[in-house]
Amino acid sequence: MKSDSSKNGRKILICEGTGCLSSKSDLIKDRFEEELKKADVEDVEVTFTGCHGFCAQGPIVSVLPEDTLYVKVNVEDVPTIVESHIVKNQPVEKLFYEDPTTHNKIERYHDILFYKKQQRLILSRCGQINPERIQEYIDTGGYIGLAKALKLSQEEVINLIKQSGLRGRGGAGFPTGLKWEFCYKAQGEEKYVVCNADEGDPGAFMDRSILEADPHSVLEGMAIGAYAIGSSKGFIYVRAEYPLAVKRFRKAIETARSKGYLGNNILGSSFSFDIQVKEGAGAFVCGEETALIASIEGKRGMPVSKPPFPAEHGLWGYPTNINNVKTWAFASWILRNGYEEFRKIGTESSPGTAIFSLTGKIKNSGLIEVPMGTKLREIIYELGGGVLEDKEFKAVQTGGPSGGCLPKELLDLPVDFESFKEADSIMGSGGMVVVDEDTCIVDLAKYFLQFTQSESCGKCVPCRVGTKELLDICTKITEGKATLEDLDMLEELAHTVVDGSLCNLGKTAPNPVISTLRYFKDEFLAHIEEKRCPAKVCKELISYQVVEDACIGCQRCKRECPVDAITGEKKGPHFIDASICIRCGLCYENCPTDAIIKVDKFGEVA
Amino acid sequence: MSSATQQKNVNSDFKIDEKTKQKLDQIITSANKDKSNLIQILQETQDLLNYLPESVLAYISTQLDVTEHWIYGVATFYSQFKFIKPGKHIIKICMGTACHVRGSNKIKDKIETELNVKVGETTEDGLFSLEEVFCLGCCALAPVMVIDDEVFGSLTSAKLKRILTKFQKEEEVL
Repeated sequence: MKSDSSKNGRKILICEGTGCLSSKSDLIKDRFEEELKKADVEDVEVTFTGCHGFCAQGPIVSVLPEDTLYVKVNVEDVPTIVESHIVKNQPVEKLFYEDPTTHNKIERYHDILFYKKQQRLILSRCGQINPERIQEYIDTGGYIGLAKALKLSQEEVINLIKQSGLRGRGGAGFPTGLKWEFCYKAQGEEKYVVCNADEGDPGAFMDRSILEADPHSVLEGMAIGAYAIGSSKGFIYVRAEYPLAVKRFRKAIETARSKGYLGNNILGSSFSFDIQVKEGAGAFVCGEETALIASIEGKRGMPVSKPPFPAEHGLWGYPTNINNVKTWAFASWILRNGYEEFRKIGTESSPGTAIFSLTGKIKNSGLIEVPMGTKLREIIYELGGGVLEDKEFKAVQTGGPSGGCLPKELLDLPVDFESFKEADSIMGSGGMVVVDEDTCIVDLAKYFLQFTQSESCGKCVPCRVGTKELLDICTKITEGKATLEDLDMLEELAHTVVDGSLCNLGKTAPNPVISTLRYFKDEFLAHIEEKRCPAKVCKELISYQVVEDACIGCQRCKRECPVDAITGEKKGPHFIDASICIRCGLCYENCPTDAIIKVDKFGEVA
Repeated sequence: MSSATQQKNVNSDFKIDEKTKQKLDQIITSANKDKSNLIQILQETQDLLNYLPESVLAYISTQLDVTEHWIYGVATFYSQFKFIKPGKHIIKICMGTACHVRGSNKIKDKIETELNVKVGETTEDGLFSLEEVFCLGCCALAPVMVIDDEVFGSLTSAKLKRILTKFQKEEEVL
């Protein structure tokens, strides 16, 4: 273990993904440089990386070659790390990750269950390389795929992708090779490739992380695809909410141009290709292909009916191939490693890996890549470390506003396109939000409807009016004002919206309702028949009370209450006036002795 | 799509001075005076002025040779664009799923009561505007908000209060 400290040779990697940056990881990097200078240590490289995917533990610092991972690092921790680890070769144990189950401190990155259980193909560089240095991408096998592709014919490249069985990672899972072939065969003077990085699903950040941590892999994939279909111009459409991703991708385009991976006669071939960044402006529907095309053209992002498909009639009427960020990154992986390698991973019908952003009430929030076919239970309990505060698992919501809620009975479901579909959910782009006993399922369904209703572009009636009606019924239920007829109407209307809507936003908008009605009908009924919210979330159905014996009279609740509903003398028991209380829950959250409880408002009635 | 359409344009009094005109021309020229780059032009204009005043949209329409209707049609479709002058600091509270299940509603309520402002509005002193966004992509830090470009994660009502006070105090010093 001990080595000569004067010849250090270490590399300190500081995560500068959006998550860690928000905890000021850039200052940590500056401090490292300062401290190393002070300690007069040479030969240590300090650099930054993109997202490691372990955002809940940020800011993250890793030290190579030991593979040490420090979590939740503060600027003030830097002198200790330098003095102890870098100078004296004694890693700082208090900053190691603590396993939430065994409570063991774990030093090495790859010994942490969260990483050990993953199989990282397209996330392999995330957190390992500096995303703004193209050389680090090249040194880790970057642009080999493009070089290989350029030695093949267009048909051969398309066949490789077809043989790999790669399916689009944007959500629908359409075979990528087939999509490329349609566009290749379509007639047009001009052809376009587009990277859909309009990652609008709330609760998902896979695409953001990849663009921030490994932008060249996406760029390379787009160049390969462009070569295969015969396109010379590409666009990447990125959400406006992702400024860092935009910055890193722009930088990647610049450096790729200067190294000859973009521009005229790429790598000495006759193939020329360039990419332009288009920033979205805040419209979820623009994730839909035809709406995205309209938006790139500078118009209102309204979908049009398909066919004709973009492969024949896309941007400005020319054949256009649109793929998701992850799909493009997989294309470069497959070209580099061969389709056989890809097929070895995952299942027969869904080969390769799946990428999820694991969030919500889960211990290890973060970004994961696992082989298709992995069971939900392994993801949630092994990688995710289980439910926060060891509460009871209620459901996992997948596929965002277009997806559904899977209950605990389905924890052994393997993740792949077909299994999810059968269970009334979808793989979607990869959002996976865990909810526990404290989450109200009706409220969650209402939440998604609020989202889709406000994001409906308004073009077709079933979506525009239908989502509003669905939302109104759900709101009635959460207020305890609904009847059983309303519930029947909810179900019937949900299917009408699915059948009648023009684009996939509307067609999938009722999914959260349909799946929750399938698995959690009891909770809907409790709201309607007993006027009771089992999770005690719905404001109209609960009230707050003070448990007199537990109240120490600290007056904290009284101070927090925004409407002065709480009375009581110092050191004496306090009372909440239910007629004034707006049930904001601030007293409940702030009580130091948990003396405030939530009760069913109509408890006696039931 | 949401807030923009509900807001009426009340800032018709914005006068384009020579310096602003030069910058607008720069934005329009660098977008090749091409109407397919309209969204980019509007974004850069908003970066410059913090919102899109009526007079500026009228100017852009003459430069791109498109009608004002067309520009408003596009601009009101996207929730990013604002037509009313916002406050000095823009608070964006994340209402994404992960934030929702971790109680972003409570944080939003707390901001609303603390600052006496509703989503889509600006405080009386012009210091803060409050906006809702769906997912900032920092779900692991839920609940999250962004003030200007700074991300604040793992919010609690106490933490929120400290952050808002910090901004208010900075203002007093100025």
